[in-house]
Amino acid sequence: MAYPTNYRYTREHEWIVLDGSIGSIGITDYAQNSLGDIVYVDVPKVGDTVTAGATFGSVESVKAVSDLYSPVTGTVTATNDELKSSPDKINEAPHETWIIKVELADPGQFNALLDAAAYEAFIAEEQ
Amino acid sequence: MTTNATAPKTLGKVRPHQTQNEALVFEKSSPGKRAYKMPPLDVPAVDAAALLGDAHRKTPGLLPELSEIEIIRHFTRLSTWNYAIDLGMYPLGSCTMKYNPRVNEAVARIEGLAEAHPYRPDSLAQGILDVIDLLQRCLIEITGMDAITLQPAAGAHGEFTGILLVRAWHESQGNARRKILIPDSAHGTNPATAAICGYTVENLKSNSEGGIDLEALTRQVDEETAALMLTNPSTIGVFESQIHKIADILHAKGALLYMDGANMNALVGKARPGDFGVDVMHLNLHKTFSTPHGGGGPGSGPVACKAFLEPFLPTPVLCKTGNREQGTGNRDQGTGNRQGLGTEGPGTAGQLHWIYDRPQSVGRVRAFYGNTGMFIRALAYILANGPDGLRQTTEDAVLNANYIRAKLEDLYELPYKTASMHEVVFSDKRQAAKGVKTGDIAKRLIDYGFHPYTVSFPMIVHGALMIEPTESESLEELDLFIEAMRAIAREVDETPDLVKTAPHSTRVSRLDEVQAARKPILRWRPTE
Amino acid sequence: MRYLPKSPAERERMLAEIGAASIDDLFAVIPAEYRLDRDLDVPRQHAESEIVSYFRAAGQKNATDYASFLGAGAYRHYRPVIIDSLVQRGEFLTSYTPYQAEITQGTLQAIFEFQTMIAELTGMDVANASMYDGSTGSAEAVMMAVRVTGRHKAVVAATVHPEYREVLATYAKHQSLPSTLVGYDRETGRVDLAALDAAVTEETAAVLVQSPNFFGTIEDIPAIAAIAHAKGALLIVSIAEAVSLGVVRPPVEADIVSMEAQSFGVALSYGGPFCGVIAAKEKYLRQMPGRLVGQTVDSTGYRGFVLTLSTREQHIRREKATSNICTNQALVALMATIFLTVYGREGIRELAEHNLSKASYAAATLGSQAGAKLLFTGAPRFHEFVFQTAETPTLWSQRLMDEKIVGGLDLSKWYPELGNATLWCATEMVTRENIDTAARVLAAAPVEA
Repeated sequence: MAYPTNYRYTREHEWIVLDGSIGSIGITDYAQNSLGDIVYVDVPKVGDTVTAGATFGSVESVKAVSDLYSPVTGTVTATNDELKSSPDKINEAPHETWIIKVELADPGQFNALLDAAAYEAFIAEEQ
Repeated sequence: MTTNATAPKTLGKVRPHQTQNEALVFEKSSPGKRAYKMPPLDVPAVDAAALLGDAHRKTPGLLPELSEIEIIRHFTRLSTWNYAIDLGMYPLGSCTMKYNPRVNEAVARIEGLAEAHPYRPDSLAQGILDVIDLLQRCLIEITGMDAITLQPAAGAHGEFTGILLVRAWHESQGNARRKILIPDSAHGTNPATAAICGYTVENLKSNSEGGIDLEALTRQVDEETAALMLTNPSTIGVFESQIHKIADILHAKGALLYMDGANMNALVGKARPGDFGVDVMHLNLHKTFSTPHGGGGPGSGPVACKAFLEPFLPTPVLCKTGNREQGTGNRDQGTGNRQGLGTEGPGTAGQLHWIYDRPQSVGRVRAFYGNTGMFIRALAYILANGPDGLRQTTEDAVLNANYIRAKLEDLYELPYKTASMHEVVFSDKRQAAKGVKTGDIAKRLIDYGFHPYTVSFPMIVHGALMIEPTESESLEELDLFIEAMRAIAREVDETPDLVKTAPHSTRVSRLDEVQAARKPILRWRPTE
Repeated sequence: MRYLPKSPAERERMLAEIGAASIDDLFAVIPAEYRLDRDLDVPRQHAESEIVSYFRAAGQKNATDYASFLGAGAYRHYRPVIIDSLVQRGEFLTSYTPYQAEITQGTLQAIFEFQTMIAELTGMDVANASMYDGSTGSAEAVMMAVRVTGRHKAVVAATVHPEYREVLATYAKHQSLPSTLVGYDRETGRVDLAALDAAVTEETAAVLVQSPNFFGTIEDIPAIAAIAHAKGALLIVSIAEAVSLGVVRPPVEADIVSMEAQSFGVALSYGGPFCGVIAAKEKYLRQMPGRLVGQTVDSTGYRGFVLTLSTREQHIRREKATSNICTNQALVALMATIFLTVYGREGIRELAEHNLSKASYAAATLGSQAGAKLLFTGAPRFHEFVFQTAETPTLWSQRLMDEKIVGGLDLSKWYPELGNATLWCATEMVTRENIDTAARVLAAAPVEA
């Protein structure tokens, strides 16, 4: 699967895409593939703050839990309620399925993250 | 195996047979059926609604209504869907699935023991207290420790109790300390326990032999280290031959050595943790001492410790009149009873009673005194074996594991070549190259009539096959198991899909765990 | 060594196959100084007949033929014979946690039935596969409430079983989880609602009460729930006497119920093994400790059952798990399931009503003796009651024991403010004759009141 070039990525396999000062955050195809069928997503509440590099939730398969690390610091403005009933959306369309939206405290953090090419090089190494 | 051309074919380990289908008990219910009859009331009947007012239950719970024969058939049919030790080898590594002697069940049901109320006066409980006292002394002798509590309800509960003792002792020294070291090969209960005792968990990486890396240990142990939680033999079935050095490194920094006794079946009668530097440990009566696993419990997780930890044991502790020290400790006394028990039992010298006034105690870890019914069974096991039987049991458990290792190591990868004790851990490396994983091989074993080994644990072995035969397997059963494992290895080469889609002989095929977790259905509900 | 299925020749053959000269070779990895070179000092090997004799003697030494008015978290009810017939089937007795669903459907379906029955009885949405017992279950329920609410304080009624409170204190001590004790009303024996209201704050994670409480009194659960919920705290109701649910309204306003299911066909066995269980509202499911069985389908569409939501548990989440519990009380939960199937929807009510009748008669008869005063008459109760005597309990309890009766439990250790108070329990196993005899013995006391 192609990694969208307008997205930025973390070494913990999250992606973020910006719309103004609001970033949408999800997990990469690589991440969903290694986890397998996702059965549950644990997310923060709207209004909570998230910190770059710190965990903000988790995704679960039947036999594994994977922490979610925030690419940026900011305030949660929305959570994807659809994932409560259909966590499989992440498996089906990982790059179209956002988990939380965050108002960035410092929009400059976005550009400091990995771009698609760098991320693809990173996962090539991991494999 | 050789077969004579004229002899009939042997049946091997398994043949298919019919099992009965059976609905949920609720689906079999029909109003008005009864499986009980209350005796006539010998006191005036009260009007419950009037007596209880708002607290009266208006709508009964939707419990099933069946006759006795239906109930017998229901649960008997369900039982036939289970695999069990009584049916064959159950080599679930780290669980010690050994034979559960039936005399244990018989004696645990003796009226005076089974019907004893926990608050009956000690004077009317001397029989059961004798049993507890003798079991305590036997376990102290077996572990080489100084004192014991039988209160914890299971292994993980024992870990909790043991780490509370560690913490209480450190606190008495002025600093509870901050962290517990846990090898990456450890069972998940170890870190979970450390966390609920308020400690942070620091991971200790295993060395190339799967054991404790002494250099890493030396580096990581500091004045904030409360203890190392060590399973010995380890989860890969290897005895830590440097155990005394491990203890020395810890003790030099004031840290303690906790031993997870899950694998005591490799040591009983051959070596004692108290002799090799362990400060505190738990036992699993449902593993080493043959109390039944019962489909997931009950267990019992006694905690034995050195004398300096004795003041911190949970309350109450058992004592004999005129001898405050005897109940939980006094290893010198031994069981004093090597030749026989006599009909009076061993405790005739004084009255046993519970002591609650223990100012340094960590407190209670459960109500009453522990899973007493399991104490009775464990003691019956020890009595049936005696010192010679306990030693032979351990030797046979180790012999069986090594026999399996010798007979399978040409076909299955052995990631650690270190000598095996009571269990052997292979990896699926060679089979995974063909796309067949440990979980698939496990499922295929079911078709050969065996319960699978422990799958994907310990985590330091990628694709682990953790096999613990225990002493309870005959040579014939072991050979059948080996034959099955060898046949599966051939299938992986020739017909891998057969293995990947196993089991093929069970009532239900592989179950959809993803659906179960995504949309949990955790109870039956009536259809409208 | 009757449990070991090997002949000496077979052992030799196996050693040869392994390439070991002797069994000692296999233990060579243990440093010589730590190898035990002597027999363990434990009793010699005993014949089965000797083992049976030893435990029979121990049972007789315990004194078996006493009538008993003891309750207080361990209750003597009749155990239908088929419970032991069924749980001693090797397929239940000698299997383990149903990790391999295809060959453990029996255990899995039975647990699913247990979860359903507990949810039905308690009025909760879901129940787990069991906890160790009622005391540890209550402590785990409080920790669950901490995870749900993100708050770190507990409010606990003084009418919760004192040993349950001690266990909670042990668990809470290292989790920075202070708890406030709330007293009881001296007329009703119920939790003091005004004091409760004052104790519950915006920082309270959970209010823990027991109903019927330690005095046998049924708490006003709707009123307590209103106080807890007004401050955003969860209400945990601990139930030590499960049979009460046959006739007592279930605590539907609770968020979590922690129950001891020993009364459902489990022998007293001097205090264990018993069977705890946690039930809760569905929205708290992810924070529940312990194993859960769920319904699903196999690859051909047939109904089947599996262990599910395991990511909460220690073997996956390790130090972040909801609890460190692993082995639970599965076989005891099976006893409870069979018991509840035997009594069923009508039987559990009838059984509970018999208990209510026995206790009403016992309370009236014993409480009306000269020198005795029945306490907490201002609220309904199930099958336990408290009364004060002019005489200290040690005096009359010895006279009762001379009549082969074990009287009520002395409460002075836990509730000194109640004076010579004792807690009595009358289940369906107590006869009118037992009650009348006990009353006669009590009446023989020197009267002061």
